[in-house]
Amino acid sequence: MIPASFDYVRADSVEAALAALAEHGDEAKLLAGGHSLLPLMKLRLARPEVLVDIGRLDELRYVREDGERIRIGALTTIRQLEFDETLATHVPLLAATAHEVGDPQVRARGTIGGSLSHGDGASDLPAAALALGATLVVQGPAGTREVAAADFFLGFLESAVGPDEMVTEVVVPKCGSAGWSFQKFNRRAQDWAIVGVALVHGNGTGPTGIGLVNMAGHPIRARAAEAALAQGASPAEVGAVAAEGTEAPNDLHASAEYRRHLARVLVDRAAAQAAQAGPSSS
Amino acid sequence: MSATTSTVAVTIEVNGKARRLEVEARTLLVHLVREQLGLTGTHVGCDTSNCGACTVLLDSLAVKSCTVLAVQADGSTVETVESLAPPEGPLHPIQEGFRQEHGLQCGYCTPGMLMATKSLLADNADPDEDEIREALEGNLCRCTGYEMIVRSIRWAVEHPNGLEDPS
Repeated sequence: MIPASFDYVRADSVEAALAALAEHGDEAKLLAGGHSLLPLMKLRLARPEVLVDIGRLDELRYVREDGERIRIGALTTIRQLEFDETLATHVPLLAATAHEVGDPQVRARGTIGGSLSHGDGASDLPAAALALGATLVVQGPAGTREVAAADFFLGFLESAVGPDEMVTEVVVPKCGSAGWSFQKFNRRAQDWAIVGVALVHGNGTGPTGIGLVNMAGHPIRARAAEAALAQGASPAEVGAVAAEGTEAPNDLHASAEYRRHLARVLVDRAAAQAAQAGPSSS
Repeated sequence: MSATTSTVAVTIEVNGKARRLEVEARTLLVHLVREQLGLTGTHVGCDTSNCGACTVLLDSLAVKSCTVLAVQADGSTVETVESLAPPEGPLHPIQEGFRQEHGLQCGYCTPGMLMATKSLLADNADPDEDEIREALEGNLCRCTGYEMIVRSIRWAVEHPNGLEDPS
C-alpha cells in the first residue's frame, strides 16, 4: 500500500511550518513521526495534497522542569517519554503510559504532539494527558494559546487545533507523591486497549484525574469517578461510577456493555493501586 | 523552507554506504530499500505497522520501514539485515543464535526479528526472558510460538562473539 501522491514541504522552523499551513489550508497535514497519519494515508482514508514535514524541528524535542510543571516539546518521541528520568521522577504516570503504547518500533517514531493532535479515543497518551490535567500549547497565525486537555478532544479524530495551527508543547504538573496507575486491557501484547485507564490521585498535593481509553469516539474523562475519587470514596465506589457519561463503542473486539464492565473493573483496580505506596503500571 | 515538490533528492547512509537517490515523496523506506537498492532481506509483511517483518534500524533505533517515508530518512543512517554479516563471512552472533536454537521455521519474520534484537541488545546487553518478550512485542512470528526465538536471543547474549566463543 502506498499513499496517494502529495507535495512535500520540509519545514525548518515552526514559523515556516505555520506559513505552509496558512498557504495550503485544509489541503495540508503536518507530518511528525507519521505513525498515526501514514497508516491512514496508505489506506487512502486520508489524502492530503501537501505534507508539511516538521520531523526535523529538534527544538521541539525536550523534557524540562519549569517550577512545579514539566514542559515537553511536541516532537518528543514516545520512546523519549518512556526513558526520561525527569518524567520518571515527577510524572511517572506519563512515563509508564508511554511504555504501554504500541511496541518499541512505534514508540521510536511516534511523538506526544502527534498522538494528542490525532486525538484517537483508542490511544493511551490522551488518557494520561486528561488524568494529569495537561495543558497544550498551540501556535498559529494569531499567536500562541493554551488549551486544557479537558477542552482539547472534541470528537472523532477531532481536536481543538485549527487547520492553520500546531501543538508545540505539552505542559504537565509535577505529581509529587500522588498515587497513580495505568491499566490497559487488551488481548495481545501490542494491541490497542479494549479499555484503558490512566488515574492519578494527588490527595491534595498534586493533580487528581481519570482518563479513559476507548470508552467513547474520542478521549474522555471519567468525571463521575473523578468526583468520587476527589471526595475520598473507596476504590470500589470510584469504580462503580466509572462508566457514567461514557459512550463506549461497539465493535468486533468488544460490546459497549463489556467495555462498561471493563471500565468499572479497571478504574477500581487503578484506584486501589494508586492508594498503595510505590504504585506501578500493569 | 525548501521548495514544494513531489520528488525529492535524498542522501541516506545504508549499511555504511552513502546513497544519493531521487525518490517520489510518497515512497516508503521499505520500498526504497527493497526496490531501489535491491536489498530484499527486509520483508513487507502486514504493511500496516503491526507485524515487524520490515524492521530496520534508523539512526540505530528499530523502526517499521513500511511506516516511514524515505524522505523522513534523508540524512540518516539505515541498517538492514544485510548489514549483520558479509555473505561469505561468519554469521552475526544474533544470526548464529537463531541457527543454533532453531529460531526460525519459514523465516519470513526473521530479518525483522534480528534487527529488533540488535536494537534491544544495544539498549540492554543482558535481557532476561521477560525483557526479550517485551522488546519483541512488535514482531509477529506465526511459526515458532516464540519459545525458540527467546532461546536464540539468549544464545546470542551468552555468545557475544558467536561461534568463536568457547562453549
